[in-house]
Amino acid sequence: ENPAGGRWDESESWLSPGITLPRQLLMCFFLSLSLAGVGCNSVEKKIYVHLNNTVPCVRLLNATHQIGCQSSLSGNVGVLHVLESEENLDWVLKTGPNPPYLVILESPLFTRPIMMKLKNGSSRVAGVAVVAPNANPPKGFSPHTTCPNENTGVYTEEYDPAFAHCNVTMWNPLGNGLSYEEYDFPIFSMKDDNDTQIIRQCYLDHNRAVNGSTPQYPLCAMQLYSHMSAVTDTATCMRRNDINFSISPEMVCDPLGDYNVWASTRPINNTAKGHKMFESVVILDSRSFFFDIAPGAESGVSGFVTLLAAAQALRNATQEAQPNRTILYTFFQGETFDYIGSSRMVYDMQSNQFAVDLDNVHSVLEIGQVGLRADSKLWLHSDPVSMKNSSVNNEVRKLIVNLQTASRGLNVSVEEPGFSQPLPPSSFQRFLRARPIPGVVIEDHQSAFTNRFYESMYDNAEYLNVSYPTNMTPEEQLEFVTETAKALTEVATMVARALYIQAGGAETQLSSINADPQTVTRMLYGFLVRTNNSWFQQLIPSDLASHLGKPTNFYVGVAQQSSEPTLLVQYLLANLTGSTPNITQDNCQNQREDEEDKESKHFYYYMWVQGAAPPNSTQREGYCVRSTVRLSKALSPAFDLRDYTSTNFSTWTESRWKSIKGRIFLVASHDLEMLTLGVGVGVLITSLILTYVISSKADMLFSAGREPANATY
Amino acid sequence: MTAAVFFGCTFIAFGPAIALFLFTIAREPLRVIFLIAGAFFWLVSLLLSSLVWFISVQISNKDSAAQQKGLLIFGVVLSVLLQETFRFAYYKLLKKANEGLLTLSQEETMPISIRQLAYVSGLGFGFMSGAFSVVNILADSVGPGTVGIHGDSQHYFLSSAFMTMAIILLHMFWGVVFFDACEKQRWWAVAAVVISHLIVSCLTFQNPQYVASLVPTYVILFLMGIWAFYAAGGSLRNLKLCLTCKDKDFLLANHRPR
Repeated sequence: ENPAGGRWDESESWLSPGITLPRQLLMCFFLSLSLAGVGCNSVEKKIYVHLNNTVPCVRLLNATHQIGCQSSLSGNVGVLHVLESEENLDWVLKTGPNPPYLVILESPLFTRPIMMKLKNGSSRVAGVAVVAPNANPPKGFSPHTTCPNENTGVYTEEYDPAFAHCNVTMWNPLGNGLSYEEYDFPIFSMKDDNDTQIIRQCYLDHNRAVNGSTPQYPLCAMQLYSHMSAVTDTATCMRRNDINFSISPEMVCDPLGDYNVWASTRPINNTAKGHKMFESVVILDSRSFFFDIAPGAESGVSGFVTLLAAAQALRNATQEAQPNRTILYTFFQGETFDYIGSSRMVYDMQSNQFAVDLDNVHSVLEIGQVGLRADSKLWLHSDPVSMKNSSVNNEVRKLIVNLQTASRGLNVSVEEPGFSQPLPPSSFQRFLRARPIPGVVIEDHQSAFTNRFYESMYDNAEYLNVSYPTNMTPEEQLEFVTETAKALTEVATMVARALYIQAGGAETQLSSINADPQTVTRMLYGFLVRTNNSWFQQLIPSDLASHLGKPTNFYVGVAQQSSEPTLLVQYLLANLTGSTPNITQDNCQNQREDEEDKESKHFYYYMWVQGAAPPNSTQREGYCVRSTVRLSKALSPAFDLRDYTSTNFSTWTESRWKSIKGRIFLVASHDLEMLTLGVGVGVLITSLILTYVISSKADMLFSAGREPANATY
Repeated sequence: MTAAVFFGCTFIAFGPAIALFLFTIAREPLRVIFLIAGAFFWLVSLLLSSLVWFISVQISNKDSAAQQKGLLIFGVVLSVLLQETFRFAYYKLLKKANEGLLTLSQEETMPISIRQLAYVSGLGFGFMSGAFSVVNILADSVGPGTVGIHGDSQHYFLSSAFMTMAIILLHMFWGVVFFDACEKQRWWAVAAVVISHLIVSCLTFQNPQYVASLVPTYVILFLMGIWAFYAAGGSLRNLKLCLTCKDKDFLLANHRPR
């Protein structure tokens, strides 16, 4: 089973109707074997309410640690306690008479002090369920660390002791590090909907202590299942993966990973090496405390939507007047987890596994978080250490001048932070780690992040202000150009122009390079609100179309397959930068222009997409897209090198699990249970004695002289 | 912790049946065979009634609550009638089998009396019907939860167990009375058995007012018990003799291992 898609299957229980009426039962029995019961209330339904919309926190491991949460194999059971305030914690940790407790937290109470107290008092805590609010909190919240990817960026003690460990700038001051703690109880997130209403009601009805009295049994309890197979660290779990106890090996963990998406403005021979490049990169992934809620609006989407729009703006310009240098657009996956994507690409470049070598990378322009600009300002971050080298310094200066030139006439101003500051967490750091390459990282913050919800579940459409007037149909929303989209379009235009000059294009062409606000707004809608929209549907093949859901989850996931965001970005990039030659579906899917063509597949990648349906038809008209878009593996080199304690590369793995589910129910008092057992034992012993006595005296009891025929009595 | 509930309920529901089996049936292979055959006959009746039920539910209107309720009552009545029909069929079969056994046997008496057969087959019916009525409930009693989140009574498991015990014992008594009535051709007694079975089954429609179903069931159980006692050859005199232990000589004279 695939843990990344690890949905738990709802096992339909064995039926059984109301009490003991055997005939009623028997019918339900046979009925339920074949059909869902009609008019039968199964006992299970009388006891349990299963929770939908629960999202767990799962266990992740790296070279030295395990983080995340887990339950025992049979699930953790605890008496519900809705935490009303921090003072209320005493009931859970000290005074409450019925431990362990399963704590329901309203999101404002999901803070580090409270979670640490619960963690330390975990013998009295069976688990935690956090009610995710429908609106973002007013204050900031980031469960990430204050210094993201502290140890795998370029700023190590050897590189420059002054900049190591975020000494100069604490990038994420709101980070409370909750995501990187280990908990020995399960933590689930629940939407604020019917389920949580049932839980609250159940708590109020049964568990709430009124005026200091202790609540009476039966109490409302909850059970959370999220047992994780892996423990200790990546080295341990990878070793266990290799142990085969049975014919079908039981895996316990999988490396995190996915695919990077890249494309070039000039077709390059994928099999040949040594192309001269100028690279533009963005980060594609995000995470949050919980497993599959990672909206990453500001930390991921704002950046890559900008680059996608810029790539589209450059399509015509680069085809008409090809600049000297080829621009390489790269979208890195897994950067949140110690730069999985970029470290892999740099590693491949160094070991000549990639179409471009590292030596041929002229410079790098990275687009970071650009969605929340104050005063339309963008900040150009560069690396003070590599700029001590004068040639690098010159190139960086040129790049900055180019960016300033590009921003002219646009509602964007670019500035440098103005003091010697290291680079913010960025993929470019991994390039610098290998070789001093000139490069700039564009961000919307001067020093610390403006993003108050960095790598949290609130970093969503609402936070980026992607909102629509009420009463709009999804189709109208898709086309509606929001203010955020307009702002990002400006940034994209600026980036596209800068890329064009940097690649050696003529400045006279600049005014013709403009990003399309319509495309930007559609992409924002698609990635942040609803992937299943008519525009995305047109641009992707039919097998992917059926998987589209609601907002995208940007958690990188495990390495076996490419995730939805990767595929969507791949198809979007192909459609936005590629061309649509007139090729049959068969040739398209076989990567050739016509039957004799054997060369094109080295230069181009062909994909057959669904297309739109003409106005008076339901049949979509598919077409072929020819582009230079390709995927490259984003799996940490540590796993290829089998170096699971690597300090250089990411070693993150995700544990596997069998089932993730939660349910609430009542628990009976110990006294009632013992009473039942006592009555049972009493009935058994009484009937044993009585039967023995009667059967030993049966001869005379049932031999009423009238019937001597009973010879055997 | 809730293993306590599971064992408690199991002992309540099957305690008397297990005791009866251990002391009166297990030692004699022939009785074990007839017990299992009885259980099988009950199962066949169940199969038939569930077939009818299945078909009728398919053709009924599934959205109409009233229709479904009516269907349930119809199913119960049909099932009771089928069970009693099979009891009669089993009686007929046993008569035939007994004749056959008699011809095979070297002794001139039957190896097992029709009264014993009545008791054994009744218990077989009871075992199987008890198992079917309570096994699902027992499976869920292991926990961790208990009934009540939707406002149902906490005593669901306990009352289910007691109901099952009553059903098992009732089947035993019905078996004895039914066979006796057939032997003596007293058809009104057969009718009484069928009617009391119908009443007990329909009483469970009172649930979840457990008192309203359990109390009348136990009254019927008690009455049927007395009837079965007389039908099996018991009398007040014998009971008195037993209780006052004035029978020492009688016992000594007649005692033989059963």
